[in-house]
Amino acid sequence: MTNHPSASLRTSPIAPSPHHLLEVKNLKKYFPIRKGFFRKTVGNVRAVDDVSFFINEGETLGLVGESGCGKTTASRCILRALVPTAGEMIFRTKEGASADLAKLSRAELRPLRPQMQMIFQDPYGSLNPRMTLFDIVGEPMYVNGVKNRKERVERVAELLRLVGLRPEYMQRYPHAFSGGQRQRIGIARALSVSPRLVVADEPVSALDVSVQAQILNLLLDLQKRMNLTYLFVAHNLSVVRHICDRVAVMYVGKLVEMANTLELYAAPKHPYTAALMSAVPVADPRIKTGNVELKGEVPSPANPPSGCYFHPRCEFAVEICSKDAPLFREITPDHFVACHRADELRLSGIAQ
Amino acid sequence: MTNTPLLSVHDLKTYFMMDEGVVKAVDGVSFDVRAGQIFGIVGESGCGKSVTMKAVLRIVEPPGKIVGGEILWRHQARQNGSSDAHVVDLVKFDANSKEMRDIRGAEIALIPQEPMASFSPVHTVGDQIIEAVLLHQDVSKREARNIALQMFKDVGIPIPEQRLDEYSWQLSGGLRQRAIIAMALSCNPRLLIADEPTTAVDVTTQAQVLRLLRRLQEQRNAAIIFITHDLGVIAQMASYVMVMYLGLVMEQGSVDEIFHAPGHPYTQALLRSIPTITMMPRVTLPTISGSIPHPFNKPRGCPFHPRCGKAVAGKCDERTPALKPVGEKQLVSCFLYHDAEVSS
Repeated sequence: MTNHPSASLRTSPIAPSPHHLLEVKNLKKYFPIRKGFFRKTVGNVRAVDDVSFFINEGETLGLVGESGCGKTTASRCILRALVPTAGEMIFRTKEGASADLAKLSRAELRPLRPQMQMIFQDPYGSLNPRMTLFDIVGEPMYVNGVKNRKERVERVAELLRLVGLRPEYMQRYPHAFSGGQRQRIGIARALSVSPRLVVADEPVSALDVSVQAQILNLLLDLQKRMNLTYLFVAHNLSVVRHICDRVAVMYVGKLVEMANTLELYAAPKHPYTAALMSAVPVADPRIKTGNVELKGEVPSPANPPSGCYFHPRCEFAVEICSKDAPLFREITPDHFVACHRADELRLSGIAQ
Repeated sequence: MTNTPLLSVHDLKTYFMMDEGVVKAVDGVSFDVRAGQIFGIVGESGCGKSVTMKAVLRIVEPPGKIVGGEILWRHQARQNGSSDAHVVDLVKFDANSKEMRDIRGAEIALIPQEPMASFSPVHTVGDQIIEAVLLHQDVSKREARNIALQMFKDVGIPIPEQRLDEYSWQLSGGLRQRAIIAMALSCNPRLLIADEPTTAVDVTTQAQVLRLLRRLQEQRNAAIIFITHDLGVIAQMASYVMVMYLGLVMEQGSVDEIFHAPGHPYTQALLRSIPTITMMPRVTLPTISGSIPHPFNKPRGCPFHPRCGKAVAGKCDERTPALKPVGEKQLVSCFLYHDAEVSS
């Protein structure tokens, strides 16, 4: 263990708190690599490797990282679209009880499903072209017990108005709508069962710049009105900064840093976060960015390096970095980082 | 000599003759690109930025067709080391003519958007680059391989000898992007067209690729046309910027003018609507109302007028403004600044 600045700081972000809507503890998701005639398991792709974090009720947590870092796998595990290999996911239900999403059976999960919904990345691939808007937005309600058609029509109309679409469009098919409008339909579908946790996986990355702002505004507005909690998975750091209260950074299946958004952007504590920040091209020709070049490639999660996974690319790496994996610990209140040298390094973030 | 543009496009029109009607993908676009310049083209989907570049390379697929305008290219004959330059109009050539094939790939090269789709999966990347070199240069196969190897070294591919003999699917996203850049540079082009070269890669790889392109441009003094929808990338890369919307040029100017003194309401609205790294988070972003119209129902007059806050009824919805100078280098097509309209 490395030296702690203060005894009151936590060594792991999994201490329970009444504000937490979701606590993820030591979540792991391995995909086996099988070879040969008997399909023997010869190794594992550690897509999510011992990840712990929490989400407070009513906040937006951003999950960022490069492709293949496991951010989508982690979000799918939370929704139990994937069954995690190990770990706990404690969800505080509407009734105030705690449920471990990792352990529940499909039948036990069913009553909880309406409380957790998803907004997808691709508005062209996530809507069935042969279903009308009424069917798309109304189906989750039907499945969850609203069998009266008239009641569903009223609720769908209300939802469409909520996301900025005209209720008269209810009988149209998705092909009649633009990318931004389709994304609104996807949002209406997610909200149709009054969820508390919404996982948004890259919800604006497939949209045009002029439409992106409309959807971001809508997400912020809906959060205020319905007290939603978002897990916002994205790679665009400008968008993440705009919409998230806190941000968690992933690298090769592990969390490397988690902090309040502005603190993370202004004063990152992990060299990988700092490198990510410096790589963001700023839309102002008078500010030159991209001064820190990150060398090499992202390692494969099937065969990660020893010690800290980032050490082969890290300009600050010392001997211990290649030997011991650093703990994900709290360095200042609510600022968690997994780096042996976090206390001594002075990294620059993005100039304000 | 340095003042004559390398590429000069005048009133280019490229239409797609579909069964449902005519899509005017590029409808009267003019611009000049000079040697050593990084010329950025920004625009959202359907603005015609990629079709413009396909027209320059004469690779517009049917039912698309260049129906008007000229693409003037300062051609440099390579034979016998002579350097007599003369201007040719690429529109006049047949797309598959010898003249066009000599220019395409050799003088004007393309870095395509999708590196995975651009390489053949059944040939090694080395063989594909060697093929391009043999096609355009009078060298032996061994010399061609050395050229390809040198290119791989130039773009910073580790263990280049081994990588040359690998297939595109064996390379990571970043390496594949570097390999495609190596291929584009293998014949020493004077103009490099980069069509969204970094949209498919992560931000750290993007930073590597942008740095590489900037370095190569400085070393070789080639011009780069950089197409993207990412305003951040444009701000960091380009020296001169053209903003397009629905097949027309809205505005052109130096990168500083476009970002700090945008003239056209579309450019202004676009810049306001992106969340930046320096603004207050979680505030409501100013948006552009509505969405991009379908190319079949393009609005009459200025294509942006239905979404424009400053549109004048009876003017902007009737007549199409022409692109006219408003500053030293800045050109804007908007009636707020002048009264010139496109003659039809």
